[in-house]
Amino acid sequence: MKPFRLHEPTDVHEAASALADAGGGAALYAGGTELLLAMKSGLLAYDTLINVKSIPGLDAVSADGDTVVIGASATHSAVECDPLVRKRMPLLAEVEHGVANLRVRNVGTLAGNLCFAEPHSDPATLLLVYEAGLDIAGPSGTRRITVGDLQTGSYETSLEPDELLIAVRVPALPAGMCAAYSKFGYHHRPTLGIAAALGVKDGVVTEARLALGCVSPVAQRLSRAEDVLRGERVDTLTEGASALREASRLASEDADAVEDMHGGVDYKEHLVRVFMERTLLRALARNGGGDG
Amino acid sequence: MAEAPDTLAVAFELNGAPVEATVEPQTPLIDMLRERFGLTGTKRSCDVQVCGACTVLLDGAPVSSCTVPAFEARGRAVLTVEGFAADDASSPLVEAFVNNAAFQCGFCTPGMLLAAKSLLDADPAPSEETIKDYMRGNVCRCTGYKKIVEAVQEAAEAGR
Repeated sequence: MKPFRLHEPTDVHEAASALADAGGGAALYAGGTELLLAMKSGLLAYDTLINVKSIPGLDAVSADGDTVVIGASATHSAVECDPLVRKRMPLLAEVEHGVANLRVRNVGTLAGNLCFAEPHSDPATLLLVYEAGLDIAGPSGTRRITVGDLQTGSYETSLEPDELLIAVRVPALPAGMCAAYSKFGYHHRPTLGIAAALGVKDGVVTEARLALGCVSPVAQRLSRAEDVLRGERVDTLTEGASALREASRLASEDADAVEDMHGGVDYKEHLVRVFMERTLLRALARNGGGDG
Repeated sequence: MAEAPDTLAVAFELNGAPVEATVEPQTPLIDMLRERFGLTGTKRSCDVQVCGACTVLLDGAPVSSCTVPAFEARGRAVLTVEGFAADDASSPLVEAFVNNAAFQCGFCTPGMLLAAKSLLDADPAPSEETIKDYMRGNVCRCTGYKKIVEAVQEAAEAGR
């Protein structure tokens, strides 16, 4: 690996200034589980790494009302094992447990996973149905965006060169919503990720949040498939139900699947159809049981 | 803003003893362990955090030393397979691996032992499912895993 300097800021402002001063020659380092691999292979090279973990307090997981606030240097393992996360959003804990392997989870961070913007990311897909927010700090202050506004392409985000993600804000799903996540793949990273959260009142689907990731460069919500499910009676939504088939078909049509080492477009569209129906059935089986 | 140094002093606890080394920021933990301290029990294999051969415990938690920078050890405790063998409390695990022939070539064994130790420290009586789930990031190309799972189960029983 090409030598680099380590800069260890003591607050967020210093980190943003260091990014600005480096003019593209620096990268933020949190877990390093993706960045260092790219640097080892020579794909990326930086003069300076700015150690986010040297900023006190950024590893905290805390509550703000019904929202769990996950600091930028909180690891996947810390999120997975956090009592607040387990209690209020067990599906997030379940999905974090499925990320990579134990050693990567012990070092890699949720915020770093989002900011590296690798297209095959479970958390980036799941957090779309939680409608998570992101606190972004820059030299002139902090702004908040939605998680869907972060990634703009493969390994590309909307962050300015002198900005850093400091916290991921995950609101608990509204009471009465049931949710499930499916992943599929044979590689180290998932080939497909689908998150489904359904709100049910008086036996009728009142809210539907569906997210699809990994098959395309950027994870996305599937509004046409969501629309099909709203208003459907839950007791009709059994295996093979026409609304489930239609939602799965629309999901596949809107997948924006691209060919990569995980497979071709036809293959991925087929996976989306199959796994969308399965994921919806799993979410419905949790009806009344919350998100876990 | 202070000029960032090109080398870093890394003071940490290595297998129970306080040690210190000077490293460059890009030095991975495995290089410091093998080259500075001569602890060659930690094996480099895939070099991309997938196989688990380079597993060491950092403050008790398994990490891939092939990629974690050496500077991450500052002020923390590192356990390698060498420290493990000298640790009496861990010997049931070593014995169980031997009793069950839970290795053939042995290249994955240091990582397997450390992952298993971390599991048993957290959960002294894990189910078979828990063992498989916890160890699934450690790859063995010889044994087919069954004997490794049995060894961890035997060690758990011996430790009770």
